[in-house]
Amino acid sequence: MAADMRLPTIRKPVSLSVSAFDRRDLVVPGDIITSDTGFMRGHGTYVDEEKLTASVAGEVQRVDKLICVRPLKTRFNGEVGDVVVGRITEVQQKRWKVETNSRLDSVLLLSSVNLPGGELRRRSAEDELTMREYLQEGDLISAEVQSVFSDGALSLHTRSLKYGKLGQGVLVQLSPSLIKRQKTHFHNLPCGASIILGNNGFVWLYPTPEQQEEEAGGFYTSLEPVSLSDREVISRLRNCLLALAAHKVLLYDTSVLYCYESSVQHQVKDILKPEVMEEIVMLTQQKLLEQEG
Amino acid sequence: MAAVQVSEAEKVYILHGIRDDLRVDGRGCEDYRHMEIETDVVSNTDGSAKVTLGHTAVLVGIKAEIGKPRPMVPDEGYLEFFVDCSANATPEFEGRGGEELGTELSNTLYKVFNNKHSVDLKSLCISTGEHCWVLYVDVLLLQCDGNLYDAISVAIKAALFNTKIPRVHISADDEGGKEIELSDDPYDCMRLNVENVPCIVTLCKVGHRHVVDATLQEKACSVASLIISVTHKGMVTCTRKVGGGSLDPESIFEMTEAGKRVGKALHAPLMKLLQQEESLGKKHQKVGFLG
Repeated sequence: MAADMRLPTIRKPVSLSVSAFDRRDLVVPGDIITSDTGFMRGHGTYVDEEKLTASVAGEVQRVDKLICVRPLKTRFNGEVGDVVVGRITEVQQKRWKVETNSRLDSVLLLSSVNLPGGELRRRSAEDELTMREYLQEGDLISAEVQSVFSDGALSLHTRSLKYGKLGQGVLVQLSPSLIKRQKTHFHNLPCGASIILGNNGFVWLYPTPEQQEEEAGGFYTSLEPVSLSDREVISRLRNCLLALAAHKVLLYDTSVLYCYESSVQHQVKDILKPEVMEEIVMLTQQKLLEQEG
Repeated sequence: MAAVQVSEAEKVYILHGIRDDLRVDGRGCEDYRHMEIETDVVSNTDGSAKVTLGHTAVLVGIKAEIGKPRPMVPDEGYLEFFVDCSANATPEFEGRGGEELGTELSNTLYKVFNNKHSVDLKSLCISTGEHCWVLYVDVLLLQCDGNLYDAISVAIKAALFNTKIPRVHISADDEGGKEIELSDDPYDCMRLNVENVPCIVTLCKVGHRHVVDATLQEKACSVASLIISVTHKGMVTCTRKVGGGSLDPESIFEMTEAGKRVGKALHAPLMKLLQQEESLGKKHQKVGFLG
Protein backbone atom coordinates (compact mmCIF):
# COMPACT_ATOMS: atom_id res chain seq x y z
CA MET A 1 0.00 0.00 0.00
CA ALA A 2 2.89 2.36 0.62
CA ALA A 3 3.86 4.55 -2.29
CA ASP A 4 7.48 4.23 -3.28
CA MET A 5 8.77 7.80 -3.47
CA ARG A 6 12.33 8.76 -4.05
CA LEU A 7 14.60 11.41 -5.51
CA PRO A 8 15.50 10.90 -9.16
CA THR A 9 19.00 9.63 -9.90
CA ILE A 10 21.04 10.28 -12.98
CA ARG A 11 20.80 7.25 -15.20
CA LYS A 12 24.13 5.60 -15.90
CA PRO A 13 24.85 5.27 -19.63
CA VAL A 14 24.15 1.80 -20.98
CA SER A 15 27.46 -0.08 -21.04
CA LEU A 16 28.09 -1.58 -24.43
CA SER A 17 29.84 -4.91 -24.66
CA VAL A 18 33.09 -4.11 -26.43
CA SER A 19 33.24 -7.20 -28.62
CA ALA A 20 29.94 -6.62 -30.37
CA PHE A 21 30.12 -2.91 -30.85
CA ASP A 22 33.60 -1.82 -31.81
CA ARG A 23 33.05 -2.88 -35.41
CA ARG A 24 29.91 -0.79 -35.73
CA ASP A 25 29.92 2.75 -36.99
CA LEU A 26 27.37 4.76 -35.05
CA VAL A 27 26.50 8.28 -36.14
CA VAL A 28 24.20 11.05 -34.95
CA PRO A 29 22.41 13.61 -37.17
CA GLY A 30 24.97 16.02 -38.54
CA ASP A 31 27.94 13.65 -38.39
CA ILE A 32 30.01 13.62 -41.54
CA ILE A 33 30.22 10.08 -42.90
CA THR A 34 32.68 10.69 -45.70
CA SER A 35 34.01 13.49 -47.87
CA ASP A 36 34.52 11.18 -50.85
CA THR A 37 32.13 12.12 -53.64
CA GLY A 38 32.26 8.69 -55.29
CA PHE A 39 29.50 7.23 -53.10
CA MET A 40 25.78 7.13 -53.76
CA ARG A 41 23.70 8.44 -50.91
CA GLY A 42 20.99 6.14 -49.50
CA HIS A 43 18.30 6.54 -46.85
CA GLY A 44 19.24 8.56 -43.80
CA THR A 45 21.90 10.68 -45.50
CA TYR A 46 22.13 13.99 -47.29
CA VAL A 47 24.85 15.96 -49.06
CA ASP A 48 26.02 19.10 -47.30
CA GLU A 49 28.78 21.05 -49.10
CA GLU A 50 29.96 17.94 -50.96
CA LYS A 51 30.22 15.99 -47.71
CA LEU A 52 27.95 13.03 -47.04
CA THR A 53 26.21 13.71 -43.72
CA ALA A 54 23.89 11.57 -41.61
CA SER A 55 20.35 12.82 -41.03
CA VAL A 56 19.31 10.17 -38.48
CA ALA A 57 20.97 8.54 -35.48
CA GLY A 58 22.00 4.99 -36.31
CA GLU A 59 24.61 2.75 -37.84
CA VAL A 60 26.21 3.26 -41.20
CA GLN A 61 25.69 0.52 -43.75
CA ARG A 62 27.83 0.35 -46.83
CA VAL A 63 27.00 -1.84 -49.79
CA ASP A 64 29.60 -1.30 -52.55
CA LYS A 65 29.03 2.29 -53.55
CA LEU A 66 25.82 2.86 -51.64
CA ILE A 67 25.95 4.35 -48.14
CA CYS A 68 22.87 4.50 -45.96
CA VAL A 69 22.23 5.02 -42.27
CA ARG A 70 19.86 2.62 -40.58
CA PRO A 71 18.20 4.40 -37.65
CA LEU A 72 18.24 2.74 -34.22
CA LYS A 73 14.81 3.98 -33.20
CA THR A 74 12.30 4.00 -35.99
CA ARG A 75 8.82 2.98 -36.96
CA PHE A 76 8.37 -0.59 -38.09
CA ASN A 77 9.49 -1.14 -41.69
CA GLY A 78 7.90 -4.44 -42.60
CA GLU A 79 9.22 -7.02 -44.97
CA VAL A 80 7.46 -9.99 -46.52
CA GLY A 81 7.27 -12.82 -44.03
CA ASP A 82 7.43 -10.77 -40.82
CA VAL A 83 5.13 -11.79 -38.01
CA VAL A 84 3.26 -8.84 -36.54
CA VAL A 85 0.81 -8.26 -33.72
CA GLY A 86 -1.60 -5.46 -34.53
CA ARG A 87 -4.75 -3.74 -33.36
CA ILE A 88 -7.75 -3.17 -35.64
CA THR A 89 -8.42 0.55 -36.02
CA GLU A 90 -11.03 0.61 -38.78
CA VAL A 91 -13.47 -1.73 -40.48
CA GLN A 92 -13.83 -0.78 -44.13
CA GLN A 93 -15.41 -2.38 -47.19
CA LYS A 94 -13.75 -5.77 -47.70
CA ARG A 95 -10.76 -4.91 -45.49
CA TRP A 96 -9.61 -3.96 -42.04
CA LYS A 97 -7.05 -1.31 -41.15
CA VAL A 98 -4.54 -2.55 -38.59
CA GLU A 99 -2.23 -0.43 -36.46
CA THR A 100 1.22 -2.00 -36.41
CA ASN A 101 3.50 0.84 -35.27
CA SER A 102 4.51 1.60 -38.88
CA ARG A 103 4.27 4.85 -40.80
CA LEU A 104 0.99 3.84 -42.40
CA ASP A 105 -1.76 1.61 -41.06
CA SER A 106 -1.43 -1.91 -42.41
CA VAL A 107 -4.21 -3.52 -44.41
CA LEU A 108 -5.87 -6.88 -43.74
CA LEU A 109 -7.99 -7.85 -46.72
CA LEU A 110 -11.12 -9.92 -46.22
CA SER A 111 -9.76 -12.41 -48.71
CA SER A 112 -6.66 -12.87 -46.53
CA VAL A 113 -8.45 -14.28 -43.50
CA ASN A 114 -9.72 -17.78 -42.91
CA LEU A 115 -13.47 -18.23 -42.80
CA PRO A 116 -14.95 -20.02 -39.79
CA GLY A 117 -14.88 -23.75 -40.32
CA GLY A 118 -11.97 -23.43 -42.70
CA GLU A 119 -14.03 -23.48 -45.87
CA LEU A 120 -12.46 -22.24 -49.06
CA ARG A 121 -14.83 -20.19 -51.17
CA ARG A 122 -15.20 -16.81 -52.77
CA ARG A 123 -16.12 -14.10 -50.31
CA SER A 124 -19.71 -13.01 -50.79
CA ALA A 125 -21.56 -9.83 -49.97
CA GLU A 126 -22.83 -11.51 -46.81
CA ASP A 127 -19.26 -12.05 -45.63
CA GLU A 128 -18.63 -8.37 -46.14
CA LEU A 129 -21.59 -7.44 -43.96
CA THR A 130 -20.55 -9.75 -41.13
CA MET A 131 -16.93 -8.55 -41.02
CA ARG A 132 -17.52 -6.76 -37.76
CA GLU A 133 -18.67 -9.96 -36.07
CA TYR A 134 -15.23 -11.42 -36.57
CA LEU A 135 -12.90 -8.45 -36.03
CA GLN A 136 -14.00 -5.19 -34.42
CA GLU A 137 -12.20 -1.95 -33.71
CA GLY A 138 -9.82 -2.54 -30.82
CA ASP A 139 -9.31 -6.28 -31.40
CA LEU A 140 -5.80 -7.67 -31.44
CA ILE A 141 -4.58 -10.02 -34.14
CA SER A 142 -1.40 -11.87 -35.00
CA ALA A 143 -0.67 -11.94 -38.72
CA GLU A 144 2.08 -12.27 -41.27
CA VAL A 145 3.10 -9.72 -43.86
CA GLN A 146 2.02 -10.93 -47.27
CA SER A 147 3.25 -8.04 -49.39
CA VAL A 148 4.15 -4.36 -49.30
CA PHE A 149 2.12 -1.82 -51.24
CA SER A 150 3.88 0.79 -53.34
CA ASP A 151 3.26 3.50 -50.74
CA GLY A 152 4.89 1.40 -48.01
CA ALA A 153 1.73 0.09 -46.34
CA LEU A 154 1.82 -3.58 -45.40
CA SER A 155 -0.69 -6.14 -46.55
CA LEU A 156 -1.25 -8.77 -43.86
CA HIS A 157 -2.76 -12.24 -43.92
CA THR A 158 -3.90 -14.69 -41.26
CA ARG A 159 -4.03 -17.67 -43.59
CA SER A 160 -2.67 -20.14 -41.10
CA LEU A 161 -4.09 -21.74 -37.99
CA LYS A 162 -1.50 -20.13 -35.76
CA TYR A 163 -2.53 -16.57 -36.73
CA GLY A 164 -5.81 -14.87 -36.02
CA LYS A 165 -7.65 -12.98 -33.30
CA LEU A 166 -5.91 -12.96 -29.94
CA GLY A 167 -7.74 -13.77 -26.72
CA GLN A 168 -6.92 -12.92 -23.12
CA GLY A 169 -3.45 -11.69 -22.35
CA VAL A 170 -1.19 -8.67 -22.07
CA LEU A 171 0.24 -6.50 -24.85
CA VAL A 172 3.62 -4.83 -24.36
CA GLN A 173 4.60 -2.10 -26.81
CA LEU A 174 8.32 -1.78 -27.46
CA SER A 175 10.65 -0.52 -30.14
CA PRO A 176 10.85 -2.71 -33.28
CA SER A 177 14.65 -2.56 -33.32
CA LEU A 178 14.81 -4.58 -30.11
CA ILE A 179 13.16 -7.69 -31.52
CA LYS A 180 15.60 -10.23 -32.92
CA ARG A 181 14.69 -11.83 -36.21
CA GLN A 182 14.28 -15.56 -35.72
CA LYS A 183 12.82 -18.63 -37.39
CA THR A 184 9.77 -18.63 -35.19
CA HIS A 185 8.20 -15.88 -33.16
CA PHE A 186 5.71 -18.03 -31.28
CA HIS A 187 7.17 -19.56 -28.15
CA ASN A 188 5.72 -21.62 -25.31
CA LEU A 189 8.03 -20.64 -22.49
CA PRO A 190 8.82 -23.32 -19.89
CA CYS A 191 7.90 -20.93 -17.07
CA GLY A 192 4.22 -21.38 -17.86
CA ALA A 193 3.16 -18.74 -20.36
CA SER A 194 3.32 -18.22 -24.12
CA ILE A 195 4.74 -15.28 -25.99
CA ILE A 196 4.42 -13.86 -29.49
CA LEU A 197 7.34 -11.53 -30.33
CA GLY A 198 5.97 -9.44 -33.16
CA ASN A 199 8.60 -7.94 -35.46
CA ASN A 200 6.84 -4.59 -35.12
CA GLY A 201 7.70 -4.33 -31.43
CA PHE A 202 4.32 -5.47 -30.12
CA VAL A 203 4.81 -8.44 -27.81
CA TRP A 204 1.82 -10.52 -26.76
CA LEU A 205 1.87 -12.56 -23.55
CA TYR A 206 -0.88 -15.08 -22.95
CA PRO A 207 -1.58 -18.17 -20.88
CA THR A 208 -0.57 -21.38 -22.67
CA PRO A 209 -3.69 -23.08 -24.04
CA GLU A 210 -4.15 -26.58 -22.58
CA GLN A 211 -4.76 -28.40 -25.81
CA GLN A 212 -3.91 -27.15 -29.28
CA GLU A 213 -7.27 -25.98 -30.56
CA GLU A 214 -8.27 -27.05 -34.04
CA GLU A 215 -10.64 -24.25 -34.95
CA ALA A 216 -9.62 -21.96 -37.76
CA GLY A 217 -7.50 -19.04 -36.65
CA GLY A 218 -8.90 -18.04 -33.28
CA PHE A 219 -12.56 -17.48 -34.03
CA TYR A 220 -13.48 -18.44 -30.52
CA THR A 221 -11.86 -16.48 -27.70
CA SER A 222 -12.16 -18.00 -24.30
CA LEU A 223 -13.34 -15.59 -21.64
CA GLU A 224 -12.79 -17.98 -18.75
CA PRO A 225 -10.85 -16.44 -15.86
CA VAL A 226 -7.14 -17.13 -16.06
CA SER A 227 -5.64 -18.80 -12.97
CA LEU A 228 -3.68 -16.71 -10.47
CA SER A 229 -0.39 -18.57 -11.00
CA ASP A 230 -0.56 -17.99 -14.77
CA ARG A 231 -1.31 -14.33 -14.13
CA GLU A 232 1.73 -13.96 -11.94
CA VAL A 233 3.96 -15.50 -14.59
CA ILE A 234 2.54 -13.18 -17.24
CA SER A 235 2.94 -10.07 -15.03
CA ARG A 236 6.50 -11.04 -14.22
CA LEU A 237 7.29 -11.57 -17.90
CA ARG A 238 5.76 -8.21 -18.74
CA ASN A 239 7.91 -6.40 -16.20
CA CYS A 240 10.99 -8.32 -17.38
CA LEU A 241 10.30 -7.24 -20.96
CA LEU A 242 10.05 -3.61 -19.87
CA ALA A 243 13.28 -3.94 -17.90
CA LEU A 244 15.13 -5.43 -20.88
CA ALA A 245 13.73 -2.78 -23.22
CA ALA A 246 14.79 0.02 -20.87
CA HIS A 247 18.36 -1.29 -21.06
CA LYS A 248 18.24 -1.88 -24.80
CA VAL A 249 18.81 -5.64 -24.67
CA LEU A 250 17.87 -7.60 -27.81
CA LEU A 251 14.68 -9.57 -27.19
CA TYR A 252 14.32 -13.21 -28.12
CA ASP A 253 13.04 -16.25 -26.29
CA THR A 254 16.34 -17.04 -24.55
CA SER A 255 16.98 -13.52 -23.26
CA VAL A 256 13.42 -13.23 -21.98
CA LEU A 257 13.71 -16.58 -20.25
CA TYR A 258 17.05 -15.75 -18.62
CA CYS A 259 15.61 -12.44 -17.43
CA TYR A 260 12.62 -14.26 -15.94
CA GLU A 261 14.89 -16.67 -14.11
CA SER A 262 17.06 -13.84 -12.76
CA SER A 263 14.02 -12.02 -11.44
CA VAL A 264 12.54 -14.86 -9.45
CA GLN A 265 13.87 -13.71 -6.09
CA HIS A 266 12.19 -10.30 -6.38
CA GLN A 267 8.50 -9.54 -6.06
CA VAL A 268 6.73 -8.88 -9.35
CA LYS A 269 5.94 -5.24 -8.62
CA ASP A 270 9.52 -4.52 -7.48
CA ILE A 271 11.00 -5.43 -10.86
CA LEU A 272 10.23 -1.96 -12.24
CA LYS A 273 12.31 -0.18 -9.60
CA PRO A 274 15.47 1.21 -11.24
CA GLU A 275 18.02 -0.62 -9.06
CA VAL A 276 16.24 -3.97 -9.35
CA MET A 277 15.93 -3.52 -13.13
CA GLU A 278 19.66 -2.89 -13.39
CA GLU A 279 20.52 -5.93 -11.31
CA ILE A 280 18.27 -8.25 -13.27
CA VAL A 281 19.49 -7.02 -16.66
CA MET A 282 23.12 -7.39 -15.61
CA LEU A 283 22.54 -11.00 -14.54
CA THR A 284 20.75 -11.66 -17.84
CA GLN A 285 23.59 -10.19 -19.88
CA GLN A 286 26.11 -12.27 -17.96
CA LYS A 287 24.15 -15.44 -18.62
CA LEU A 288 23.86 -14.59 -22.31
CA LEU A 289 27.61 -13.99 -22.59
CA GLU A 290 28.31 -17.30 -20.87
CA GLN A 291 26.01 -19.07 -23.26
CA GLU A 292 27.70 -17.50 -26.29
CA GLY A 293 31.29 -18.00 -25.30
CA MET B 1 -6.81 12.32 -21.27
CA ALA B 2 -5.24 10.23 -24.01
CA ALA B 3 -7.27 7.08 -24.38
CA VAL B 4 -5.97 3.70 -25.48
CA GLN B 5 -8.05 1.04 -27.16
CA VAL B 6 -8.37 -2.35 -25.51
CA SER B 7 -10.03 -5.41 -26.93
CA GLU B 8 -12.87 -7.25 -25.17
CA ALA B 9 -10.62 -10.13 -24.16
CA GLU B 10 -8.01 -7.76 -22.71
CA LYS B 11 -10.74 -6.03 -20.70
CA VAL B 12 -11.90 -9.36 -19.29
CA TYR B 13 -8.31 -10.25 -18.38
CA ILE B 14 -7.78 -6.92 -16.59
CA LEU B 15 -11.13 -7.22 -14.79
CA HIS B 16 -10.46 -10.71 -13.47
CA GLY B 17 -6.97 -9.67 -12.43
CA ILE B 18 -8.24 -6.75 -10.39
CA ARG B 19 -10.85 -9.02 -8.83
CA ASP B 20 -7.99 -11.25 -7.62
CA ASP B 21 -5.88 -8.25 -6.49
CA LEU B 22 -3.14 -8.87 -9.06
CA ARG B 23 -2.95 -6.15 -11.66
CA VAL B 24 -1.19 -6.46 -15.00
CA ASP B 25 2.08 -5.05 -13.65
CA GLY B 26 1.96 -7.13 -10.47
CA ARG B 27 0.71 -4.36 -8.17
CA GLY B 28 -2.08 -4.72 -5.65
CA CYS B 29 -5.24 -2.65 -5.97
CA GLU B 30 -3.94 0.06 -3.65
CA ASP B 31 -0.30 0.28 -4.75
CA TYR B 32 1.22 3.24 -6.50
CA ARG B 33 3.73 3.06 -9.28
CA HIS B 34 7.30 4.18 -8.81
CA MET B 35 7.35 7.91 -8.06
CA GLU B 36 10.27 10.33 -8.42
CA ILE B 37 10.09 13.82 -6.98
CA GLU B 38 12.50 16.68 -7.35
CA THR B 39 12.09 20.29 -6.26
CA ASP B 40 13.73 23.54 -7.31
CA VAL B 41 14.11 22.55 -10.96
CA VAL B 42 13.00 25.84 -12.53
CA SER B 43 15.35 28.64 -11.56
CA ASN B 44 13.19 31.68 -12.29
CA THR B 45 10.26 30.65 -10.10
CA ASP B 46 9.83 31.07 -6.38
CA GLY B 47 9.15 27.36 -5.99
CA SER B 48 8.98 24.43 -8.36
CA ALA B 49 8.75 20.66 -8.41
CA LYS B 50 8.80 17.87 -10.96
CA VAL B 51 7.05 14.59 -10.29
CA THR B 52 7.31 11.42 -12.38
CA LEU B 53 4.72 8.74 -11.60
CA GLY B 54 5.32 5.78 -13.89
CA HIS B 55 5.36 7.53 -17.27
CA THR B 56 3.26 10.51 -16.16
CA ALA B 57 5.45 13.60 -15.73
CA VAL B 58 4.19 16.84 -14.22
CA LEU B 59 6.04 20.12 -13.65
CA VAL B 60 4.73 22.76 -11.23
CA GLY B 61 6.08 26.28 -10.92
CA ILE B 62 4.95 28.79 -8.30
CA LYS B 63 5.43 32.51 -8.61
CA ALA B 64 4.59 34.93 -5.82
CA GLU B 65 3.37 38.36 -6.87
CA ILE B 66 2.03 41.27 -4.86
CA GLY B 67 -1.60 41.98 -5.57
CA LYS B 68 -4.79 43.35 -4.13
CA PRO B 69 -6.66 41.01 -1.77
CA ARG B 70 -10.17 39.86 -2.53
CA PRO B 71 -12.85 42.27 -1.25
CA MET B 72 -14.64 39.62 0.89
CA VAL B 73 -11.44 38.58 2.69
CA PRO B 74 -9.15 41.62 2.95
CA ASP B 75 -6.72 39.99 5.37
CA GLU B 76 -5.86 36.94 3.26
CA GLY B 77 -3.81 36.23 0.17
CA TYR B 78 -4.95 33.67 -2.41
CA LEU B 79 -3.80 31.04 -4.90
CA GLU B 80 -4.46 30.98 -8.63
CA PHE B 81 -4.19 27.71 -10.53
CA PHE B 82 -3.51 27.22 -14.19
CA VAL B 83 -3.00 23.84 -15.83
CA ASP B 84 -1.39 23.64 -19.25
CA CYS B 85 -1.53 20.36 -21.16
CA SER B 86 1.57 20.40 -23.30
CA ALA B 87 1.48 18.94 -26.79
CA ASN B 88 4.54 16.92 -25.74
CA ALA B 89 2.26 14.64 -23.79
CA THR B 90 0.11 13.49 -26.68
CA PRO B 91 -0.69 14.90 -30.15
CA GLU B 92 -4.32 15.32 -29.04
CA PHE B 93 -3.21 18.29 -26.93
CA GLU B 94 -1.93 20.20 -29.91
CA GLY B 95 -3.27 23.73 -30.28
CA ARG B 96 -6.43 24.04 -28.23
CA GLY B 97 -6.97 20.33 -27.79
CA GLY B 98 -5.75 20.28 -24.22
CA GLU B 99 -7.80 23.25 -23.07
CA GLU B 100 -10.81 21.27 -21.92
CA LEU B 101 -8.75 18.91 -19.81
CA GLY B 102 -6.70 21.81 -18.45
CA THR B 103 -9.79 23.74 -17.38
CA GLU B 104 -11.25 20.65 -15.70
CA LEU B 105 -8.02 20.05 -13.78
CA SER B 106 -7.69 23.67 -12.61
CA ASN B 107 -11.35 23.82 -11.54
CA THR B 108 -10.82 20.72 -9.41
CA LEU B 109 -7.71 22.27 -7.88
CA TYR B 110 -9.66 25.39 -6.94
CA LYS B 111 -12.23 23.21 -5.20
CA VAL B 112 -9.55 21.22 -3.37
CA PHE B 113 -7.82 24.30 -1.97
CA ASN B 114 -11.00 26.26 -1.28
CA ASN B 115 -10.94 25.98 2.51
CA LYS B 116 -9.33 27.74 5.44
CA HIS B 117 -6.97 24.97 6.44
CA SER B 118 -5.02 23.80 3.39
CA VAL B 119 -2.76 26.80 3.06
CA ASP B 120 -2.49 29.48 5.74
CA LEU B 121 -3.77 32.37 3.64
CA LYS B 122 -3.47 34.89 6.47
CA SER B 123 0.31 34.53 6.33
CA LEU B 124 0.16 35.75 2.76
CA CYS B 125 -1.25 39.11 3.81
CA ILE B 126 1.06 42.14 3.67
CA SER B 127 -1.25 44.97 4.62
CA THR B 128 -4.95 44.40 5.18
CA GLY B 129 -7.14 45.52 2.33
CA GLU B 130 -4.28 46.84 0.22
CA HIS B 131 -1.53 44.35 -0.49
CA CYS B 132 -1.20 40.63 -0.27
CA TRP B 133 0.80 37.83 -1.83
CA VAL B 134 -0.86 36.03 -4.72
CA LEU B 135 0.63 32.62 -5.49
CA TYR B 136 0.30 31.71 -9.14
CA VAL B 137 0.53 27.94 -9.37
CA ASP B 138 1.28 26.83 -12.94
CA VAL B 139 1.07 23.16 -13.74
CA LEU B 140 2.56 21.76 -16.93
CA LEU B 141 1.75 18.24 -18.08
CA LEU B 142 4.79 16.82 -19.80
CA GLN B 143 3.74 13.20 -20.23
CA CYS B 144 0.39 11.54 -19.81
CA ASP B 145 0.15 7.94 -18.60
CA GLY B 146 -2.88 7.97 -16.37
CA ASN B 147 -3.51 9.31 -12.88
CA LEU B 148 -2.95 13.00 -13.53
CA TYR B 149 -4.69 14.29 -10.40
CA ASP B 150 -2.48 12.40 -7.97
CA ALA B 151 0.74 13.44 -9.69
CA ILE B 152 -0.38 17.08 -9.87
CA SER B 153 -1.34 17.23 -6.20
CA VAL B 154 1.95 15.70 -5.07
CA ALA B 155 3.85 18.13 -7.28
CA ILE B 156 1.89 21.11 -5.91
CA LYS B 157 2.59 20.05 -2.34
CA ALA B 158 6.30 19.65 -3.11
CA ALA B 159 6.43 22.99 -4.94
CA LEU B 160 4.65 24.79 -2.09
CA PHE B 161 7.15 23.28 0.34
CA ASN B 162 9.93 24.59 -1.88
CA THR B 163 8.44 28.09 -2.29
CA LYS B 164 10.47 30.92 -0.84
CA ILE B 165 8.52 34.16 -0.55
CA PRO B 166 10.69 37.21 0.01
CA ARG B 167 10.08 39.17 3.21
CA VAL B 168 8.68 42.66 2.80
CA HIS B 169 9.00 45.80 4.91
CA ILE B 170 6.26 48.36 4.77
CA SER B 171 7.29 51.91 5.36
CA ALA B 172 5.38 55.15 5.18
CA ASP B 173 5.87 57.11 2.00
CA ASP B 174 6.43 60.88 1.64
CA GLU B 175 2.85 61.51 0.54
CA GLY B 176 1.46 59.34 3.32
CA GLY B 177 1.00 56.22 1.17
CA LYS B 178 2.59 52.86 1.93
CA GLU B 179 5.81 51.83 0.29
CA ILE B 180 6.77 48.22 0.03
CA GLU B 181 10.40 47.21 0.14
CA LEU B 182 11.60 43.76 -0.64
CA SER B 183 14.43 42.53 1.48
CA ASP B 184 17.84 42.74 -0.28
CA ASP B 185 19.09 39.48 1.11
CA PRO B 186 18.03 36.67 -1.29
CA TYR B 187 17.99 34.17 1.54
CA ASP B 188 15.71 36.24 3.77
CA CYS B 189 12.45 34.60 2.87
CA MET B 190 9.32 33.14 4.29
CA ARG B 191 8.43 29.46 3.86
CA LEU B 192 4.94 28.08 3.76
CA ASN B 193 3.59 25.51 6.16
CA VAL B 194 2.46 22.65 3.92
CA GLU B 195 1.37 20.28 6.69
CA ASN B 196 -2.29 20.57 5.82
CA VAL B 197 -1.98 20.67 2.02
CA PRO B 198 -4.12 17.81 0.75
CA CYS B 199 -3.14 15.11 -1.70
CA ILE B 200 -5.58 13.88 -4.29
CA VAL B 201 -6.29 10.16 -4.67
CA THR B 202 -8.09 8.91 -7.77
CA LEU B 203 -9.99 5.65 -7.38
CA CYS B 204 -11.24 3.97 -10.55
CA LYS B 205 -14.11 1.53 -10.33
CA VAL B 206 -13.25 -1.56 -12.37
CA GLY B 207 -15.79 -4.33 -12.13
CA HIS B 208 -16.75 -4.62 -8.47
CA ARG B 209 -13.48 -3.34 -7.07
CA HIS B 210 -11.61 -0.08 -7.16
CA VAL B 211 -7.98 0.59 -8.04
CA VAL B 212 -5.64 3.37 -7.07
CA ASP B 213 -3.22 4.82 -9.64
CA ALA B 214 -4.83 3.32 -12.71
CA THR B 215 -2.88 3.03 -15.96
CA LEU B 216 -4.49 4.06 -19.23
CA GLN B 217 -5.50 0.46 -19.98
CA GLU B 218 -7.24 0.10 -16.61
CA LYS B 219 -8.94 3.45 -17.12
CA ALA B 220 -10.32 2.16 -20.43
CA CYS B 221 -11.93 -0.72 -18.50
CA SER B 222 -13.53 1.49 -15.84
CA VAL B 223 -16.73 3.45 -16.24
CA ALA B 224 -16.51 5.79 -13.29
CA SER B 225 -13.87 7.19 -10.92
CA LEU B 226 -13.92 9.01 -7.64
CA ILE B 227 -11.46 11.82 -6.95
CA ILE B 228 -10.92 12.55 -3.28
CA SER B 229 -8.49 14.96 -1.68
CA VAL B 230 -7.21 14.03 1.75
CA THR B 231 -4.99 15.84 4.26
CA HIS B 232 -2.42 14.10 6.45
CA LYS B 233 -4.91 13.89 9.30
CA GLY B 234 -7.43 12.07 7.10
CA MET B 235 -9.67 15.10 6.57
CA VAL B 236 -11.42 15.20 3.20
CA THR B 237 -11.48 18.58 1.45
CA CYS B 238 -13.12 17.67 -1.84
CA THR B 239 -14.76 14.71 -3.55
CA ARG B 240 -15.70 14.51 -7.16
CA LYS B 241 -17.05 11.82 -9.41
CA VAL B 242 -15.86 11.67 -13.00
CA GLY B 243 -16.82 9.38 -15.80
CA GLY B 244 -20.04 8.47 -17.52
CA GLY B 245 -20.92 5.39 -15.47
CA SER B 246 -22.83 5.19 -12.22
CA LEU B 247 -21.64 4.37 -8.72
CA ASP B 248 -23.97 2.97 -6.09
CA PRO B 249 -23.85 4.49 -2.58
CA GLU B 250 -22.14 1.51 -0.91
CA SER B 251 -19.28 1.57 -3.35
CA ILE B 252 -18.94 5.35 -2.97
CA PHE B 253 -18.64 4.87 0.78
CA GLU B 254 -16.15 2.03 0.36
CA MET B 255 -14.09 4.03 -2.10
CA THR B 256 -14.11 7.09 0.16
CA GLU B 257 -12.82 5.02 3.07
CA ALA B 258 -10.11 3.46 0.90
CA GLY B 259 -9.21 6.87 -0.50
CA LYS B 260 -8.84 8.31 3.00
CA ARG B 261 -6.60 5.42 4.00
CA VAL B 262 -4.39 5.64 0.92
CA GLY B 263 -4.27 9.43 0.97
CA LYS B 264 -3.27 9.56 4.62
CA ALA B 265 -0.41 7.14 3.91
CA LEU B 266 0.95 9.35 1.11
CA HIS B 267 1.84 12.34 3.23
CA ALA B 268 4.41 10.91 5.63
CA PRO B 269 6.87 9.52 3.04
CA LEU B 270 6.43 12.67 0.92
CA MET B 271 7.32 15.04 3.77
CA LYS B 272 10.23 12.82 4.75
CA LEU B 273 11.57 12.86 1.18
CA LEU B 274 11.16 16.65 0.87
CA GLN B 275 13.00 17.24 4.13
CA GLN B 276 15.70 14.81 3.08
CA GLU B 277 16.16 16.66 -0.21
CA GLU B 278 16.28 19.98 1.64
CA SER B 279 18.96 18.69 4.00
CA LEU B 280 21.17 17.67 1.06
CA GLY B 281 21.48 21.37 0.36
CA LYS B 282 23.26 23.05 -2.53
CA LYS B 283 25.89 20.31 -2.86
CA HIS B 284 23.29 17.88 -4.24
CA GLN B 285 23.40 17.80 -8.02
CA LYS B 286 19.98 18.29 -9.56
CA VAL B 287 18.92 15.75 -12.16
CA GLY B 288 16.58 18.12 -14.00
CA PHE B 289 15.05 17.03 -17.27
CA LEU B 290 17.72 15.16 -19.16
CA GLY B 291 18.69 12.66 -16.50
